[in-house]
Amino acid sequence: VYQVFESVAKKYDVMNDSMTLGIHRVWKDILVHKMNPSPGTLLLDVAGGTGDIAFRFINYVRSVREQQLQRKLKHHQNLSWQEIFENYQEDKFNSLGDSQVVVCDINREMLKVGKQKAQHLGYSEGLSWVLGNAEELPFGDDKFDVYTIAFGIRNVTRIDLALQEAYRVLKPGGRFLCLEFSHVSNPLLSRLYDLYSFQVIPVLGEVIAGDWKSYQYLVESIRQFPPQEELKAMIEDAGFFKVDYENLNFGIVAIHSGFKL
Amino acid sequence: EEEEEVEEEEEAWHQLYPGHIPTSPLQKALLAAGSALMALYDPYRHDMVAVLGETTGCLALPNLRDKMKHHPEGYRILQERPRIRLSTLDMSRLRGLPDGSLGREYVRFLEVNKVSPDTRMPPKFVDDEELAYVIQRYREVHDLMHTLLGMPTNMLGEVVVKWFEAVQTGLPMCVLGAAFGPVRLSTRKLQVLATELVPWAIRSGLNASCVLNVYYEQRWEQPVESLREEIGIFPPP
Repeated sequence: VYQVFESVAKKYDVMNDSMTLGIHRVWKDILVHKMNPSPGTLLLDVAGGTGDIAFRFINYVRSVREQQLQRKLKHHQNLSWQEIFENYQEDKFNSLGDSQVVVCDINREMLKVGKQKAQHLGYSEGLSWVLGNAEELPFGDDKFDVYTIAFGIRNVTRIDLALQEAYRVLKPGGRFLCLEFSHVSNPLLSRLYDLYSFQVIPVLGEVIAGDWKSYQYLVESIRQFPPQEELKAMIEDAGFFKVDYENLNFGIVAIHSGFKL
Repeated sequence: EEEEEVEEEEEAWHQLYPGHIPTSPLQKALLAAGSALMALYDPYRHDMVAVLGETTGCLALPNLRDKMKHHPEGYRILQERPRIRLSTLDMSRLRGLPDGSLGREYVRFLEVNKVSPDTRMPPKFVDDEELAYVIQRYREVHDLMHTLLGMPTNMLGEVVVKWFEAVQTGLPMCVLGAAFGPVRLSTRKLQVLATELVPWAIRSGLNASCVLNVYYEQRWEQPVESLREEIGIFPPP
């Protein structure tokens, strides 16, 4: 798996856009909206390599913060300009409201690309990049408010271990969110989806990234991954409560959610 | 669904040679289109040119193979399957050959243009093991074409060689390369290309016997001029 992602790292984002025709961006947006993080949230994004979830999290928290600020100022109608100015100053150093995201990935190349993207897009505060294995996270117990893993869990050899680790590092009350390719039950759609996956995606891999085999692997790993109900059961086995899932695009992708109580 | 999966797995085991990736007709069509576009978009993607050649060569390659089969030297090449690689070439011996000999001029060409025969892509999408060798041979002999035609590896030189190869092999990839290659050349170069070089390349290509039927590895001592005459390539302008 490691070698697949080494060669894939640099062209990862281009390939994602080509394979999903840009729809993966919508899926990730939906994930963060479902998370609905408030300022002060500490997020751990596992297998988050190139930062897609992390950046969206930061954007979301920033806009929530701005809304909070606007609402606060609206209530103080009679502030002098001096007082308004001071208010903005104070919050300038806190545009994220103490929210933080730790991006953890097993692959150095993916993290490198992520850091470069962050710099390029102007994300500096509230972000950390850590090299680590989802099956054995380098963090203490009860640390994070939210744990996300977007399109990463299917590449983990021992999914049960990753889920146990997720449970361990989350604070009580913390939320587990998993965005992953899943099972399409609709028979017609399933055949079209298979056709596209097996016929088009490896070709895209060869033409765009010069790598047929890695994308053949990607398509095959999606089919081997447990379907919605099975994954739900595995998440429950790790100790999570109120485990639920939401299908996106008829099950091409699913978001699983669970809570540590 | 399970049936499809088994089918897929069976396909994977139809690997005819190391590096072979079996593909369906739809995949080949998509690859041909995709590689053509990508090669035009990014001329440094030599792997795309290679893929284009493999996916569109289904008529030209058997043709070439038959030409080789019916020629004594070509037949021997098909049997012995020689490969041109740095590890198999005795560079110091070739360098020691007299000036004007094939071996000496070939080595000079490699050094001056800073190229190596080892950078040729192995075939992936050809679904016949013998044809895979034919296209491999065509790729490895490309540098010798440069030497025989006296063309450097810049854009202009490559286009001229492509015209020659297009006429010689009929490979659609060569035809496309010959037709679209000049797109990125300056007008002055285009003029030279159109008035002198291409007509010469075409005439030579038509006049010459099949270049894949020459066992180059056994002719290193032969003077380039003599080999040109033998094959039927006119002296470069």
